[in-house]
Amino acid sequence: MTDLTHLTLKAARDGLEARSFSARELAQAHLAAMERHRALNAFITETPEQALRMAEAADARLARGEAGLLEGIPLAIKDLFCTKGILTTAASHILDGFIPPYESTVTRKLWEAGAVCLGKTNLDEFAMGSSNMTSYYGGVRNPWTRKSDNSDLVPGGSSGGSAAAVAARLCSGATGTDTGGSIRQPAAFCGIVGIKPTYGRCSRWGTVAFASSLDQAGPMARTVEDCALLLQAMSGYDPLDSTSADMEVPDWAGTLTGDVRGLRIGIPKEYAIPGMPAEIERVWREGADWLERQGAEIVEVSLPHTKYALPTYYIIAPAEASSNLARYDGMRYGLRVEGKNLVETYMKTRAAGFGAEVQRRIMIGTYVLSAGYYDAYYLKAQKVRRRIVEDFDAAFERCDALLTPTAPSAAFRAGEKMDDPVAMYLNDVFTVTVNLAGLPGLSVPVGLDASGLPLGLQVIGRAWDEATVFRVGKAIEDAAGFTTLPYGLEETA
Amino acid sequence: MSLDKATVARIATLARIEVPEAHQERLAGELSKILDWIEQLGEVNTDGVEPLRAVMPIKAHWREDVVTDGNRPDDILRNAPKSHDGYFVVPKVVE
Repeated sequence: MTDLTHLTLKAARDGLEARSFSARELAQAHLAAMERHRALNAFITETPEQALRMAEAADARLARGEAGLLEGIPLAIKDLFCTKGILTTAASHILDGFIPPYESTVTRKLWEAGAVCLGKTNLDEFAMGSSNMTSYYGGVRNPWTRKSDNSDLVPGGSSGGSAAAVAARLCSGATGTDTGGSIRQPAAFCGIVGIKPTYGRCSRWGTVAFASSLDQAGPMARTVEDCALLLQAMSGYDPLDSTSADMEVPDWAGTLTGDVRGLRIGIPKEYAIPGMPAEIERVWREGADWLERQGAEIVEVSLPHTKYALPTYYIIAPAEASSNLARYDGMRYGLRVEGKNLVETYMKTRAAGFGAEVQRRIMIGTYVLSAGYYDAYYLKAQKVRRRIVEDFDAAFERCDALLTPTAPSAAFRAGEKMDDPVAMYLNDVFTVTVNLAGLPGLSVPVGLDASGLPLGLQVIGRAWDEATVFRVGKAIEDAAGFTTLPYGLEETA
Repeated sequence: MSLDKATVARIATLARIEVPEAHQERLAGELSKILDWIEQLGEVNTDGVEPLRAVMPIKAHWREDVVTDGNRPDDILRNAPKSHDGYFVVPKVVE
């Protein structure tokens, strides 16, 4: 029998239902894989005992015929979701030893659907980064390496641990969060699928906040169908989050087809940015050709304010972060570094507890919100943000979904771009617009570049229209037939 | 927009982050670079544009004004760096 860790989530679900193997066996196979691949540093905390306990409970429910949507499915949870009784760090020193006395809504829903918790995955500190290099717990290694050399590559970020764990077959699926591209860019870098749903689809309650008007949780897995199943379980109205939408959650997985006949797919011309690698242009064109051959109509559209999305984001996100992160003061939880008085204690605690990138963003946020600068920066950014939303509204008059590259490059070397924050920020040039407009965006792997690294395409949909996003994603997935495994994993398949 | 050392020191105080003087120059350079890049927003005409505050128009729900949670001081104090007799212990603020 194939190693159980190589099954898709859907196949694992079917196998459990057919009693071909037990949830306990499935969990054990993944726990063993996690142990073999500890060098990836994908997990901050492994929870093997909890996993086996949950798997046994899942087996009992399967035996009684009471299985939930994700019964017995082993998942990895980004360490930004609070998990009751399990260390939750946000990959920050300042949350040292923090054990939440409550469960985030998203993880609660997953456990209620029968999923099994394997552990908490590594991320950029407070989800601020595109490489996973800002984690207090060290960077994550991408399971992919170039064909020519085996130097360490980043998995992308901020959900880099989740992406690496899914790609390396350490879990059937994982949760991520996406504020500017933090699900989709690492999904592209690691050759997996990830979706950021419409803002308001998933409750933000119990998820460590970065920028509240942009943060959304979403799933990461190896197929579009697996992501649809996971998102179904994660979504839904939550009275504890005033921005969560009271809308019915569709049966995305049950109704998923790759039928794109009659759909109009927009290609935003502004996404052809100067200096984009030819290979990314190639897969982008190829993706459009696949959809056209399957009966979709390709139309060119314009999103004229695209180039202003990143600078807008780097006002709004740090402003919201500086406010959200004010709660880390060393008084009620986490790290405390004593000073001579209260203010000095705050200042020493926050200097020792936050890493360089988080400090930079808090300082930018504090500056743009400070007296005399608010109108020039924050208010201006909120106005440009509306322009960006209007761009999408106009584009969606002419098409049903948009197709773009996910990221402007494949995975890069660990340590690259670390000395130039702006160069690092450019990773999110194609993804950040979607957060600013609150829209759903999915990344699907389509092929390899010349060095043998995966590349992804992004499908953007109208608000609340994840169904079309999944449909277009499935059509691309079927046409791409992307089955290559990260090097070194072939022998376990 | 170029930030000087004094401005960095002022922002650091507002943000309650201790930045040693030796690091202020470097940080001023890093932050200035980010702000310079942000300045391009000035090119966008936003006359008469309403600032976007809530990206998805969602109607807030009303609920009864009743207590739905609470009465668990042990849970709340469990993560405290210092606590005593049901209280957080914090640095003295009143002389």
